[in-house]
Amino acid sequence: DLSDSEDSVFSGLEDSGSDSEEEEEEEGGGGGGGRSVRFCEVLCAVQDIRNTVGNVPMEWYRDFPHLGYDLDGRKIYKPIRSQDELDHFLDKMENPDYWRTVHDKQTGSDITLSEEQVALVRRLQSGRFGDVDFNEYQPTVEYFSRDVMLHPVTNRPADKRSFIPSLIEKEKVSKLVHAIKMGWIKPRRVEDDSRGRYYDLWASEDSSILARHKMHLPAPKIPLPGHQESYNPPPEFLFNEEERALWEQQDAADRKLPFVPRKFSSLRSVPAFPRFVHERFERCLDLYLCPRQRKMRVNVDPEDLIPKLPKPRDLQPFPTTQSLVYRGHSGLIRSISVSPTGQWLASGSDDGSVRFWEVCSSRCLKTVQVGGAVRRPVCLTHLDSRVLLLSPSLADRQVVSASELLLSDKEGAEPVQGAESLVTWSEAEGEELNEGIRLKIQHPKAVHQVAWHAKGDYLASVMPDHSSHLQVLIHQVSRRRSQNPFRRNKGLVQRVSFHPLRPYFFVATQRSVRIYNLLKQEMTKKLQANAKWISSMAVHPGGDHVICGSYDCRLSWFDLDLSTKPYRMLRHHKKAVRGVAYHRFYPLFASASDDGSVIVCHGTVYNDLLQNPLIVPVKVLRGHAVSQDLGVLDVTFHPSQPWVFSSGADATIRLYT
Amino acid sequence: MGGLQKKKFERGSATNYITRNKARKKLQLSLPDFRRLCILKGIYPHEPKHKKKVNKGSTAPRTFYLLKDIRFLLHEPIVGKFRDYKVFVRKLRKAYGKSEWTSVERLRENKPTYKLDHIIKERYPTFIDALRDIDDALCMCFLFSTFARTGKCHVQTIQLCRRLTVEWMNYIITSRALRKVFLSIKGIYYQVEVMGQLITWLVPYQFAHDHPTDVDYRVMATFTELYTTLLGFVNFRLYHSLNLVYPPKLDGKAEAELKEEDEEGYAMNSESYSEKLSALGGSLARVVSAGEEEEAEVDQFPVEGEDMEKMEAREKEQKELEAQKRLFEGLKVFLNREVPRESLAFILRCFGAEVSWDKSVCIGSTFDVTDETITHQIVDRPNAEKQYINRYYIQPQWVYDCVNAKILLPVQDYFLGVTLPPHLSPFVEEKEGDYIPPEKLKIMALKRGEKSAQEEEEEEEEEEEGEGEEEEEDEDEDAEEDEDEEEEDVAEEMNLKKMEKQRSQGKSLSVKVTPGKVKAENPARLEQEEKAEEKRLAIMMMKKKEKYLYDKIMFGKKRKIREANKLAAKRKAHDDAEKVAKKKKAKKQ
Repeated sequence: DLSDSEDSVFSGLEDSGSDSEEEEEEEGGGGGGGRSVRFCEVLCAVQDIRNTVGNVPMEWYRDFPHLGYDLDGRKIYKPIRSQDELDHFLDKMENPDYWRTVHDKQTGSDITLSEEQVALVRRLQSGRFGDVDFNEYQPTVEYFSRDVMLHPVTNRPADKRSFIPSLIEKEKVSKLVHAIKMGWIKPRRVEDDSRGRYYDLWASEDSSILARHKMHLPAPKIPLPGHQESYNPPPEFLFNEEERALWEQQDAADRKLPFVPRKFSSLRSVPAFPRFVHERFERCLDLYLCPRQRKMRVNVDPEDLIPKLPKPRDLQPFPTTQSLVYRGHSGLIRSISVSPTGQWLASGSDDGSVRFWEVCSSRCLKTVQVGGAVRRPVCLTHLDSRVLLLSPSLADRQVVSASELLLSDKEGAEPVQGAESLVTWSEAEGEELNEGIRLKIQHPKAVHQVAWHAKGDYLASVMPDHSSHLQVLIHQVSRRRSQNPFRRNKGLVQRVSFHPLRPYFFVATQRSVRIYNLLKQEMTKKLQANAKWISSMAVHPGGDHVICGSYDCRLSWFDLDLSTKPYRMLRHHKKAVRGVAYHRFYPLFASASDDGSVIVCHGTVYNDLLQNPLIVPVKVLRGHAVSQDLGVLDVTFHPSQPWVFSSGADATIRLYT
Repeated sequence: MGGLQKKKFERGSATNYITRNKARKKLQLSLPDFRRLCILKGIYPHEPKHKKKVNKGSTAPRTFYLLKDIRFLLHEPIVGKFRDYKVFVRKLRKAYGKSEWTSVERLRENKPTYKLDHIIKERYPTFIDALRDIDDALCMCFLFSTFARTGKCHVQTIQLCRRLTVEWMNYIITSRALRKVFLSIKGIYYQVEVMGQLITWLVPYQFAHDHPTDVDYRVMATFTELYTTLLGFVNFRLYHSLNLVYPPKLDGKAEAELKEEDEEGYAMNSESYSEKLSALGGSLARVVSAGEEEEAEVDQFPVEGEDMEKMEAREKEQKELEAQKRLFEGLKVFLNREVPRESLAFILRCFGAEVSWDKSVCIGSTFDVTDETITHQIVDRPNAEKQYINRYYIQPQWVYDCVNAKILLPVQDYFLGVTLPPHLSPFVEEKEGDYIPPEKLKIMALKRGEKSAQEEEEEEEEEEEGEGEEEEEDEDEDAEEDEDEEEEDVAEEMNLKKMEKQRSQGKSLSVKVTPGKVKAENPARLEQEEKAEEKRLAIMMMKKKEKYLYDKIMFGKKRKIREANKLAAKRKAHDDAEKVAKKKKAKKQ
């Protein structure tokens, strides 16, 4: 059958081949080739009969004028073709047989298929047999059936070897037996399942815990899910658009939640979680790759951190409420001071006036226009470069006359010596005298601070100037004499102060406080304030403690017996500390700052040297308004009462009682 | 000075640690084998305190193991097995290459295997230790049991995981140890209390996993190997602690019931049996029959230093627990085919309900839909075609919420087609100051036996809606009142103007001293203020270090409060919007 069909399949093609060849021959006029071809046709139907090159790619002959060789070994030349695209196109349009024209590579010719051939191609394309007459559904003939036939297919008798035991097999068996005897072949291992796959592993629980187990850190458990993870969370746990956008922007490591909370109306609509396997895998990685560490958790009750201090109520008296406001100045009030009796208050302001107030009634009794900003009125005032001594004549007549006498006492005045060139003393006259100005001390530079000695005869003035030897001057009023105590000053002098009891002199420079012994004329101590820039200084009435305020918000308390380092640094203020003051006999001190507050602290100093001072903040007093970043500029205590005065940039003085 | 020169990195911490590569070389193992060994033996890297010292001066990132740990690994018999396996693979490859099929078969038969029993015993010297660490094992086994049997891992592993998880669930049902459940978007969390240990695991929803490509399944398989061994031993011990037969067998009655059903669907008897077990329908056979061993009453001994209050609280807790264990007792629940059968059957049976399902869903259903004694039917579709009057048709969330609330919640919130109340996590324990969702407050109130405020409010609202007209009248009245107030205002203004006029005309006002009002000073508040100030002053005196710590703690606290406030605000906004929408709807109608 098969051979038949093959023949039939290819028969048509042969015909066509021969047809075209004949045509070509006729065209080419090659008579001799034709016969030989026809001869070949009979012999081998499949091959192209004229070209003998075989089944090789025809590109190999691209560069040659010929296509191959015929049976006689002569070259077959390529047909002369001069068809370009246009000719192709015209051919396509005009030739009705164009669709069935095939290019034969081996001969280089075009073959037009006949009707039969086209039909054959179509049949093959549709997967049918090439032969039209072939019946593919012929009934099969079964040569062998499952039925046992009467007669055997072969009737050969069995061989003799099928009755005799095989020697070769015997040899093999004996070899195996020998190997088993010798122990070379072992029986198949039987898995030891006597106890079953699982058994009571912890039947004999030995309590001997190895050191390993003591050191072992169990892996932390996975944190339990919160409300956000629910398939139907409360609405407040769902993301709104902002949060969602934020979540998407964030890096996966920074996200608070590793997933977006979602809400489903029913359980059946919940899909699979796409990262489930990932999360399990990450957990596995954590278990075997993460270093484990015992972290000591700071589990502190924050209340325990707050130091236990004595209650402020037990430390009374101290000022608690604002009771009086002294209004009248129009500029910043730089400085205030209280008369020793506590009845009068003097204030110097940037508006160029000194005012005297009655403490109890807040009335301004006297205003002295001095011209120029007043830095410090202590019954005296100092302007840009002058120090004026005023007599307010507000006290008892006796006292007034005594002080008048002192100020006008010229007898003590000695002929001035070297200091004369520095300052000039002059007496006030006329109008100024009526206003209360008694003496003027003309300084060469701007005076920033004036400090009185406890006895009232000496006063020191500060003229801060970098690396100048003339920064501090000490004046003696009764003798109208001035002197420059230091040959050289280190740094910018900020504040000076006399020791209340002993002949010591405190000089605060930018970073440190120096203490000089005036009698021995030498430096006894240098206190390191640990601050960037000291702004103010006050000496305890006992003389053994000093407080310094600084522009970097700190207040340092020095215990002179203890160390040159601060005994305690207080960072109570938010802004620069402008003024500090001690009370004369109550254990109180106050600090004023640019943040508009005055903080009153209790500072008990014990007489025995073993006990350190007790410092407790007792009250934060607010009231001053902050203007131009300046809050409270000066603070001072009432000499006898636990009251505190403060002057501020809002042109008021306030009394807290 | 005499003596030898001290060399660097020859003492101290540098000698206590070893890098991973060095450890690997010391053990003569390839990296995958080393990894497997570390997983099986539970060895993890350590972070040295001074990395530079240990790293011999270099700061390159390296993984360090304790040298002790590695020395400990040296004596592990399993390392030898790893080597055997390597040899086996080599021989097998050679035999394949030579097409020696008999030797291939022989080699296959003698494939080296290893057991992890001793490692489990070594890692978990006591049973409680094993229980404590079983969370991960359960999660992993439940995940693997849901995998399709398609080449990501061995089919045997999947089957084993399935078997072990079914055993575990059966144990939990029998011991009634389930405490909390939670439907999350990831899967279902279960928390059980076994021998005083809280164990939580997560089961994914029943869907096919799309296996990610960036996951190393070999690592997971190694973990699973360990975990299946661990879980098997734990199951064995747990079953024996309850006098149950292990491997589990259904008890005679249940088995007889199940026998009636046709088993033609299953090729093998064993298969059908394991399916029956995994249906979680029947109770398990015991070694000693159940009736005899009623639990003895536990006597209470007061612990020294514990006062009566504490003891009472404990007793109360105990009672509550007992009540919770019998939460669903007496219910007969039928599960529709669209609900997660396994999870619900597990939970319901854990609390003593009778459960059944459609025959075609799974083997082991005990009663039919048509049974008249069914009390609850769990349905997860908008409506049911045929409804029986004598049973509740509820959504599955009811079961989960009941378990978490430890009471039977009112069913009307969970009827078909009703918008479900939010499902809350039972694992969140709100401390003071934390945000508590109103639903939780409601449930807490319900537990105390009160009607929650919100519910009342809602009722009121309903009433209001019923009396809509009256309300409108009320509003009118309100408007009138407002007008009255306005009139008063006008009068006052007039009075003032009059006075001003008088003043401008120069008439002296009648000077009068009016009695001042006594300012009511609240002593409590004053005291509070004083205390606050005291505290503020004390804070000022704190030392720098302590202040820093204090500030940090306070910052954390404040952030917590802020978050709680934010949630509360969000909730309020949501509720308001909902109310407005509701009103609009009502008006339209």
